[in-house]
Amino acid sequence: MTEPSNLSTYVLRLADDAMVLGQRISEWTSNSPNLEEDIANSNVALDYLGRARMLYAYAATMLNTTEDELAFMRDARQYTNLLMHELPKGDYAFSTVRQFFIDSFDVLYFEQLVNSSDAQLAAIAAKTLKECRYHVRRSRDLMVRLGDGTEESHTRMQTALNELWGYRHELFMDDELETELQQQGIAITRTDLQQAWDAAINDCLAEATLSIPETDWTVTGGRAGVHSEHLGHMLDDMQCLHRSYPGVTW
Amino acid sequence: MSDLAPELDNFQQKIDDEQRIEPKDWMPEKYRLNLIRQMSQHAHSEVIGMQPEGNWISSAPSLYRKIVLLSKVQDEAGHGLYLYSATETLGISRAEMNSRLQSGESKYASIFNYPSLTWADVGAIGWLVDGAAIVNQVSLQRTSYGPYARAMIRICKEESFHQRQGYDIMVKLAEGSKEQREMAQDAINRWWWPSLMMFGPHDSDSVNSQQSMKWKIKRQSNDDLRQKFVDQTVQQTEILKLELPDPDLKWNEERQHYDFGEIDWDEFYQVIKGNGHCNRDRIKHHVSAHEEGAWVRDAMTAYAEKKAQRKEVA
Repeated sequence: MTEPSNLSTYVLRLADDAMVLGQRISEWTSNSPNLEEDIANSNVALDYLGRARMLYAYAATMLNTTEDELAFMRDARQYTNLLMHELPKGDYAFSTVRQFFIDSFDVLYFEQLVNSSDAQLAAIAAKTLKECRYHVRRSRDLMVRLGDGTEESHTRMQTALNELWGYRHELFMDDELETELQQQGIAITRTDLQQAWDAAINDCLAEATLSIPETDWTVTGGRAGVHSEHLGHMLDDMQCLHRSYPGVTW
Repeated sequence: MSDLAPELDNFQQKIDDEQRIEPKDWMPEKYRLNLIRQMSQHAHSEVIGMQPEGNWISSAPSLYRKIVLLSKVQDEAGHGLYLYSATETLGISRAEMNSRLQSGESKYASIFNYPSLTWADVGAIGWLVDGAAIVNQVSLQRTSYGPYARAMIRICKEESFHQRQGYDIMVKLAEGSKEQREMAQDAINRWWWPSLMMFGPHDSDSVNSQQSMKWKIKRQSNDDLRQKFVDQTVQQTEILKLELPDPDLKWNEERQHYDFGEIDWDEFYQVIKGNGHCNRDRIKHHVSAHEEGAWVRDAMTAYAEKKAQRKEVA
């Protein structure tokens, strides 16, 4: 592998985000509340996994390796996804709130990234943006239906919201590496997106009869490879077969 | 009885003339019930069939394989949905079909009671199990009930992709390392005979066959379809340079077909009766997803009702 550059590291971060969430969403396949939701979940998972492949493939050209080497041969400490993406799927409320948070963020993010001075990233962003716009339509709709559904669904949604609330901060943090890339017109300034995201969330929560959690907290560490305990187990399962037969093709 | 005779004659005439029976047409009660049994069993098979392959989505050995497998399992859900909808045209609800599946009153393809133990099983299921299913489904494209026939045309297109992806996995394994070849051969050894059983008992022992043939719910006999599958699969196996686990398998010049050994029907009935590895797991998985999703479905219904009420008020 070639020495990583700022750009390859950045692309890898976005790839890990997509990979880890795609893997989580795919856990709903054959486990969803009905066939319609099952099909929708598989679809969203496929979009994320497709995005991960595009980004890994791009990073692989810079690092002189392969997409599978990047996805299957790195340990949890080397994964740099933001924490919210890796959390276990939980109940349908948890997955829905997480999806809505990330979809809302992604639309804002990729709307900007289409203008990246890096042509390959801009092209990937353009394809991704189309998908994110569909995703947020679905997850927002589910937020409202489940938030304003029954007493039980309302309680579950509010609980999920409380459990995810402190992970949102990481979405808006810019570190040195990304700041440098922003100056070159390659990356996006995350802090700039917070206001629009807050507004989108507030607007939805009101319609869904849900409340902004009373207590705030902050957990971060994904970009530095300091993850939840869950990621390692997820990667064990995901990487085991690939690692058991080194050097073969499938 | 005599009152129905003209309608029955008319119905049979339509079928003999290769016309399709549509949901609003008159049909004998037995025809309707027979179709509900067959179509819902088919739908259940698609849905339960998601499990053995779904078992490998999380640990597929490459990103490409993961995506292809996930798409395939998603297709199966789509087929299930499509077939449940087609069956609903016969006057049964999806909820009722679901509860019959979960109570064991309604069956699904017994082959899904076998466990998928290695990655090669994903290949073998696509190649052999979907391959056998297609042979049956191609024949059902001409079945007499319109919604079922149309569903089959659509489903066959996707199933042939599925079979190709299964075979493609086998090709890669067969061309691969010693361990990969062994993995592929082991999967063939375990899935070959159950695939032949998928066509059902010999024609002479098949309870539902004769009436179904007369009504053209079934178009070709179990044994004819099974022979067709054997003939096409032998050559595909030769290309892989792997073997089918049957010492009696050989070309019969006179019949212009392959002869093959006797199926272990005792195993077939044992697995149907509940003595397969996964009979309990498959239903438990289905029940648990259904129960855990109950609050979601209830909430969706409650929201739709609230919304309708608000509209009325406004």
